[in-house]
Amino acid sequence: MSEAFQLVIGIEVHAQLLTRSKIFCGCSTAFGGEPNSHVCPVCLGMPGVLPALNRRVVEFAIRTGLALSCTVQGKSVFARKNYFYPDLPKGYQVSQYELPICVGGSVDFTVDGVEKHVRLTRIHMEEDAGKNLHGVALDGSSGVDLNRAGVPLLEIVSEPDIRSIDEAIEYLKALRAILMYLGVNDGNMEEGSFRCDANVSVMPVGSKVLGTRCELKNMNSFRFLRQAIDFEMRRQVAVIEGGGNVRQETRLFDPQRGETRPMRSKEEAQDYRYFPEPDLPPVMVPPAWVEEVRLTLPELPRARAARYQRELGLSAYDAGLLTADRDVAQFFDAALAARGGGAAAAKRLANLLNGDVARLANETGLVPAAWRITPSALAGVVRLSDDGVIGGPGVRQVIEELFRDGGDAEAVVSARGLAQVSDESAVEAAADAVIAQSPGEVERYRAGNRKLLGFLVGQVMKAMKGKGNPAVVNAVLTRKLGG
Amino acid sequence: MSAPPPLGRSLTELSAALSRREVSSEEATRAVLSRIEATDGRLGAFLRVTPEPALEAARASDARRARGEATSPLDGVPLALKDIFLTNGVETTAGSRILAGFIPPFDATVVDRLRGAGAVLVGKLNMDEFAMGSSNENSAFGPCRNPWDLTRTPGGSSGGSAAAVAARQVFGAFGTDTGGSIRQPASLCGVVGLKPTYGRVSRYGVVAFASSLDQVGPLGRTVADAATLLGAVAGHDPRDQTSSQHPVPDYLEGLEDGARGLRIGVPREWFQGGTEAGVERRIREALAAFEAMGARLVDVELPHSKYGVAAYYLVAPAEASSNLARYDGVRFGPRAPARSLSDMYGETRDAGFGAEAKRRIMLGTYALSAGYHDAYYLKAQKVRTLVRQDFDRAFERCDVVAGPVSPTVAFSLGEKIDDPLQMYLADVYTISCNLAALPGLSVPAGLHPGNGLPVGLQLVGRPFDESTLLRAARALERELGPSPAPEAIG
Repeated sequence: MSEAFQLVIGIEVHAQLLTRSKIFCGCSTAFGGEPNSHVCPVCLGMPGVLPALNRRVVEFAIRTGLALSCTVQGKSVFARKNYFYPDLPKGYQVSQYELPICVGGSVDFTVDGVEKHVRLTRIHMEEDAGKNLHGVALDGSSGVDLNRAGVPLLEIVSEPDIRSIDEAIEYLKALRAILMYLGVNDGNMEEGSFRCDANVSVMPVGSKVLGTRCELKNMNSFRFLRQAIDFEMRRQVAVIEGGGNVRQETRLFDPQRGETRPMRSKEEAQDYRYFPEPDLPPVMVPPAWVEEVRLTLPELPRARAARYQRELGLSAYDAGLLTADRDVAQFFDAALAARGGGAAAAKRLANLLNGDVARLANETGLVPAAWRITPSALAGVVRLSDDGVIGGPGVRQVIEELFRDGGDAEAVVSARGLAQVSDESAVEAAADAVIAQSPGEVERYRAGNRKLLGFLVGQVMKAMKGKGNPAVVNAVLTRKLGG
Repeated sequence: MSAPPPLGRSLTELSAALSRREVSSEEATRAVLSRIEATDGRLGAFLRVTPEPALEAARASDARRARGEATSPLDGVPLALKDIFLTNGVETTAGSRILAGFIPPFDATVVDRLRGAGAVLVGKLNMDEFAMGSSNENSAFGPCRNPWDLTRTPGGSSGGSAAAVAARQVFGAFGTDTGGSIRQPASLCGVVGLKPTYGRVSRYGVVAFASSLDQVGPLGRTVADAATLLGAVAGHDPRDQTSSQHPVPDYLEGLEDGARGLRIGVPREWFQGGTEAGVERRIREALAAFEAMGARLVDVELPHSKYGVAAYYLVAPAEASSNLARYDGVRFGPRAPARSLSDMYGETRDAGFGAEAKRRIMLGTYALSAGYHDAYYLKAQKVRTLVRQDFDRAFERCDVVAGPVSPTVAFSLGEKIDDPLQMYLADVYTISCNLAALPGLSVPAGLHPGNGLPVGLQLVGRPFDESTLLRAARALERELGPSPAPEAIG
């Protein structure tokens, strides 16, 4: 990007709420299922049906609002957003418009060690639409699956406070972690239960006037979000540098081509003809309800990370990684409790969790709930390592086995014969043999070429089939070689 | 030829005869079915008659009766429903071609409660398309006629409901009232029609026209019939969050208490020459009768009621434009073949909606459009508040407000159909009651001195005070004697 332009981003997140039933009827919110198997007259938008608000949705909205320091409004109002689309059964979406349930608030996070504060405009409740399925029928015609229609959503709208792609991604990660900690959203971007649109504009560096924005849609991963914003930023700069004006429009990201394309322009923009939903009374949230919900709030990621730094002496980096996912943090807490011990054990566990375990989770795509390795098994790995029973390569191998098959660390170590040989007489026998077989190297070492120790240690380890305790091997060889 | 027994009885009388086992539900139902068969070719009150399920329900009622299990006053009573109530397994069209062939998979709450009470539902009644109209001429399935004069309209939109009750085809019916759609046809057909307080009766399963105004209510031959019918369906419904938790009284209690001591508000604005002379004469006579019965007439003012029609024709079409969006050919009803999605929408809706529905969709869409929303929709909502405040002030000085239902008696078919504005003005006295969410009732006030057609008196009450309306109406009914049966239908 040209040095002369500043990127400005505001983000709208649509988070599906983890209620069991839909927002206005009793149908299941479960993902998948045969098309149109989780539907009833209400979410099909049949004539004469009326919405009955799911109280749990309001509770989740209050919970989220409190966690994000919003003002929870005593009275909010549902409104109809009118437009035609086959996946929208009633021809309008029941949403909130002039009076949303939460206003204000913020998301705070760290980008490259720098604190960032992004203000929120509002949070409102609404119903999700269904999905159009193209080419599903034998004749190639399209179908509509309304299983998702009526699944509750929170729309969380930020102010245009975000100034880089990294900030945008860290904002989303922080928000996603909070929603998952709250138990209101599963954070799944690919299945679309956590979706985001980005309002992107550029302005001359130092300007106070925001440029014309474009709304980007269809970015269902952080990677696509990065590509889309990067493309869009360059496109807008090119337009301006070419003497043109950016048009306010909605643009769809095409993941195949890595570019954004106009979906509809401002002139074609829909007039949603919002008006208060006459089928639902205003949502009243008395202060007592807010306080009741406040008492149930869990410790949130940033507070937990701060506690890990303060009480366990972990680095900000390690604490941040561990707390990004509530389940990982809980795994860590359980493993630490099983291992016992303080800062040293915490550091060892954090390294293993953020290192080998995170790598395996990433490779397999398994979320913590699906891991076969248990916290006590990981604690066992640390204990065996601390006791010198297994060394570095052994640790990695045990973790891989535990991750794949479960079980406990001791059993894996004994079944695989991974225990190190620390017995000095066994090491001495191997060292003597190596010294005898390598007179040249021994000679040169003794003559002062200390680098050759490494070679000789390697030879001993090889003779011991890798099971020698490296510390013991080192000590024995150094002693025997003298000098 | 007048209606044969047991059709000469009121619902209340039939109910008593059923419990005395003087007549069986099956006999009453067969009488109703043959009456419909004999008369409806000329009347056009029914869109659909369902003889088999009706007779089955009647026999089931008789069996309950024989076991001593029939406890509801409606058990075994043949009734019919405006075709706006969803009936499980029975086609429901709301008078529109766009719902032709639509067979609902569930019952409206009202229907559910009526079935639970043992009522025998004999069919679905004609209506203006989506309840939009005051003459029943906007029905996609042909007009309904007034049983007093078959060249005239029964009023609307619940025209079929009023005509069927007046013609002794059924013992009672249900309709809906958004701007006068129960009271005006009740007035024009000479029956009792009650629009309850908004929220008194569940709207679940009732095809929506204007959600903040629509209310379900009964039409009966007598005041007591209407009271019994209301009692069977009133009350909170968890499926309708706009329905009220307000307790439901026994509407028959105190019904015979008379008008003594009642303060009857006479709004100046409803007696300013807008009403045809013969109609006004009967209304004034009814007021005088109340006075003679010991009620006191009180002058009240409803200064904002003159803005009622204008406000109504913004709010109601605005909500309708949104409520009617679901008729898009995607999930139910007919779908026009077309090459593209937008053509499919356009052609389906063009073929499916009648002229009045289209007019109101256009009006409502305009009233909600960006840039016009505040000047029209929002302003109209403010008028609503003012209209309600007028009534609140009036009810500080009186118990009910009384006046005409309709400025005229039944008008001729075709007379106003090409002049929407004249048609809209037929609702000038009934609309403010809907805007203010208050209960309103039409009770026969005698026949027009010139043409012998029925005139209805309107009574409007405090929120959830249907009991006082019924009591006052009953006093007038007793004073004027039983309202005669129309002769034109034979």
